[in-house]
Amino acid sequence: MSGLPLLTLMLVVPLVGAAVVWLLPATSSRLAKPIALATSLLTLALALVAWARFDNGGDRYQLTETHSWIPQFGVSYALGVDGIALSLIVMATILTPICLLAAWNDLGEDADPQREKTYFALMLVLLTFMVGVFAARDVFLFYVFFEAMLIPVYFLIGLFGGPRRQYAAVKFILFSLVGGLIMLVAVIALYFYGPGGEQGFLYESLEGQVGGSTAAQRWMFLGFFIAFAIKAPMWPVHTWLPDAAAESRPATAVLLVGVLDKVGTFGMLRFCLGFFPEASKWATPVVITLAVISVIYGALLAIGSRDIMRLIAFTSISHFGFIVMGIFAMTSTAGAGSALYMVNHGFATAGLFLLAGFLIARHGSQRIADYGGWQRVTPVLAGSFLVAGLSSLALPGLSSYVSEFLVLAGTFQRYKWAAAIATVGIVLAALYILLTYQRVFTGPRPTFVEGSEPRDLGLREKLVIAPIIASFILLGFYPKPVLDLVNPAVEQTLQLVGATDPAPTHATGSAQ
Amino acid sequence: MTAALMPSIAPMAFEAVKVDYAAVAPMLIVVGTALVGVLVEAFAPRLARHTIQVGLTLVGLIAAFVVLVLISVNHHAVTLGGSLAIDGPALFLQGTLLIFAILGVLTMSERFGGRSADAFTPMGAATPGSPAEAAAERAGFATSEAFPLTLFAVFGMLMFVASNDLITMFVALEVLSLPLYVLTGLARRRRLLSQEASLKYFLLGAFSSAFFLFGAALLYGYAGSSDLGAIAAAIRAGNSAYEGLLLPGVVLALIGLLFKVGAVPFHSWTPDAYQGAPTPVTGFMAAATKVAAFGAILRLAYVGVEASRLEWRLGVAAIAVLTMVVGAVLSVTQTDMKRLLAYSSIAHAGFILVGVLAFDSTGVSGVLFYLVAYGLATIAAFAIIALVRSGGSEATHLSQWAGLGRKHPVIAGIFVLLLLAFAGIPLTSGFTAKFAAFAPAVAHGGLAGILMVVVGVLASAVTAFVYFRLIVLMYFTEPTGDDVVALTPSIASTIAITVGAVGTVILGVVPGPVLQLAEDVSKFLL
Repeated sequence: MSGLPLLTLMLVVPLVGAAVVWLLPATSSRLAKPIALATSLLTLALALVAWARFDNGGDRYQLTETHSWIPQFGVSYALGVDGIALSLIVMATILTPICLLAAWNDLGEDADPQREKTYFALMLVLLTFMVGVFAARDVFLFYVFFEAMLIPVYFLIGLFGGPRRQYAAVKFILFSLVGGLIMLVAVIALYFYGPGGEQGFLYESLEGQVGGSTAAQRWMFLGFFIAFAIKAPMWPVHTWLPDAAAESRPATAVLLVGVLDKVGTFGMLRFCLGFFPEASKWATPVVITLAVISVIYGALLAIGSRDIMRLIAFTSISHFGFIVMGIFAMTSTAGAGSALYMVNHGFATAGLFLLAGFLIARHGSQRIADYGGWQRVTPVLAGSFLVAGLSSLALPGLSSYVSEFLVLAGTFQRYKWAAAIATVGIVLAALYILLTYQRVFTGPRPTFVEGSEPRDLGLREKLVIAPIIASFILLGFYPKPVLDLVNPAVEQTLQLVGATDPAPTHATGSAQ
Repeated sequence: MTAALMPSIAPMAFEAVKVDYAAVAPMLIVVGTALVGVLVEAFAPRLARHTIQVGLTLVGLIAAFVVLVLISVNHHAVTLGGSLAIDGPALFLQGTLLIFAILGVLTMSERFGGRSADAFTPMGAATPGSPAEAAAERAGFATSEAFPLTLFAVFGMLMFVASNDLITMFVALEVLSLPLYVLTGLARRRRLLSQEASLKYFLLGAFSSAFFLFGAALLYGYAGSSDLGAIAAAIRAGNSAYEGLLLPGVVLALIGLLFKVGAVPFHSWTPDAYQGAPTPVTGFMAAATKVAAFGAILRLAYVGVEASRLEWRLGVAAIAVLTMVVGAVLSVTQTDMKRLLAYSSIAHAGFILVGVLAFDSTGVSGVLFYLVAYGLATIAAFAIIALVRSGGSEATHLSQWAGLGRKHPVIAGIFVLLLLAFAGIPLTSGFTAKFAAFAPAVAHGGLAGILMVVVGVLASAVTAFVYFRLIVLMYFTEPTGDDVVALTPSIASTIAITVGAVGTVILGVVPGPVLQLAEDVSKFLL
């Protein structure tokens, strides 16, 4: 892959954009938001070019760039993507402009311009790290992005969040740091059990090459897995997510839950399965059990939530349970389903969070009980919310259905009990989505003070929500482009694990 | 050279030792400048003294550094009758010390528009609050002897990291410590606290020196020589008549050195001395004393008593674990910025010890790198603390820092960067340093090494909580009092802060060259 270093460009462009936005002189502060949006769109364009250049039948890692960075530690500045990483990068670059647009008036019309510039600059910095963490092809570089990513999120929550933002920000950073530091021990150990040398942290050097005793491999697996389980998040280390999501701005919550948390499941697939196949198989029963608990527990807590943002966070915990289950089922159907689910979930969560955000912006409350009958006031908002909710509960024809079905079908081939219990999660999903819709949008028309009736979605908000709803339908009826993209990567990962499908599958068939 | 390594215990006739002047030139320059500084103190007019002293000190330190980099690096030698070993680690640490000293002197010279250094009292000997003190203030007295004192301390440190026998090491320890005791007591504000800190530091320091001396005596009894090479040879031969003296000797000598780095349970002086000392002195002391003491620990452990390490390694590992845990946990409860950084420095000493105990050349280079990274960030952090004022005195209480990010975005931003480095967040020097110190422990330290690293990362998480709470305070909290301001630093402080901040970023983003240098010099000359 010669020519432009596309991935590096995708790292540099948002960073430059962030610097420009942040350093804009006070006289031209109005330009901050358009520049931020333009930067994110440019990054999206680069991501689409990268997708166009990606050859589904080609090498495992493509668009590669490799430069020596810290040879003393065996660290390279190495980028490259497989299908899964690329699909997540494309998702992140699509969601970022949407979030910027959704956050357009987050700070109010007469906000302090410096504060507004900081807000948008931080989101662009976050974009760089989001692309970087998926595009890294070196474990150390991945770790750097994994940890550095926390800083912009920390400030986004702490500076711009809700009333309990300090608590939420500190809780978020502590959970993440503990996970990250445990992983650091595993990262250090990985180098010494791997082939070593000046490129000892490259994925290619490590995949299938990690030595050491069975016990050492299991410890390293745990080091990585705990960090990713916190990130994903899985029960019982999920408690930071509802707080962080409820206290952050909707746009931040989308990037946090929709994209950043994917690093957890992405890491399980890439590192846990790729580097420690034996240990992964050893841990599978426990992981699958935890995943099933997450599915049910997240759904139950979502049903019990009184705060709409917390509710969406809990639904994500449930959905992450499905993704993890699909990854550790180690069948090609479930793997493809999980990879697709990561993308679908990003859009579904974005829809729910952003629409909830629009709702909250109109009424100023996150409590579900404060609403009712809003369908009659804001019909477009209500309709959009219903579509996003239906996608989230995996209605056939909408995107999540395909991925959830693949995950369950693939898991059923190997762990019938897990798939059976997880299916209950779908029923519960119907409950939490439809109950919420009923409580918020149906019922008698609410009364408002004369002249202060909330308006329905404006043009900007429609622009925000249209691409998301389009993605539901597109990926629901025609998931082939994404499946074609992720399938080779899933196959290769499963080959590393040495897992063979117990029964004929259909996902691979559809990919050809 | 072998003759120089094994000096006969009782020379028959007096014989002048050979001196490799090129190798020791930086030390001579520093001590020479210090002596000139004393003369300046005696003869220069009072009003010009500050300027002359600062200029002279900086010129001396920079000259020493230039000589070190241009000449001494090519003169690896064991010289002065085997008492000094100018080798890779020694030169690296001496260079580091000189840079820290330059930065430290730059911050100490801060006047904030006054006539003399802002940090130092006009008259150290006056009773706090007495008429004599007020009169000294009015008369424009100034303790500009702080600068020659600093130079003497630097001289001791340069000698400490190169000392190749226990007697030289002890002399260096005293030469570096005594000026620091005095400097600690010279704070302009909160005089009583400063004097108390000075006395505490002195008493505990003297105590630990006694430990070291006793250990040195026992080792002399064991090996028949105080030379580190001779001790190493005696341990390897294993035929000493007094085998029982070895372990107590090693333990006592190590205690003396561990006191200087502030390892638990020998750490109790650290918070008091850090809090009481003039803030720029604290920064210099924190950075440079750690470099010097870890240099001496490395030399004693790797050159002298390495062969017996199995007997004492676990004990020191326990100290490292204790240091990390106590330093991290107690930093959570601190309400004073300087005490907080003192406990954080204790935790960092624990992290560095993890690297020391790897017993591999990669461990040495990791420790060297860590010392550079930590020192740069520390000097800059204390320089910033010196800027934050409330009603004329330093606002070191945490609550006074609330909302500082809103009022002084640049100062607070740099401080956050330094905090992120202390927390070990990637892309800052702190992360690279932790990686450099922990990786050898995992690779060569066996199970104990891995356990220490696990404790280390958990302690890091605790300290990170402290730092992030500070960021919450500075950025997410409304300011309480409106009288807290950050003074505008002079060009000298600005240079020190900038070097610290830029170094922190460079060592985080492109650490390759410095890591390579640390790796190249990590072999001791023996």
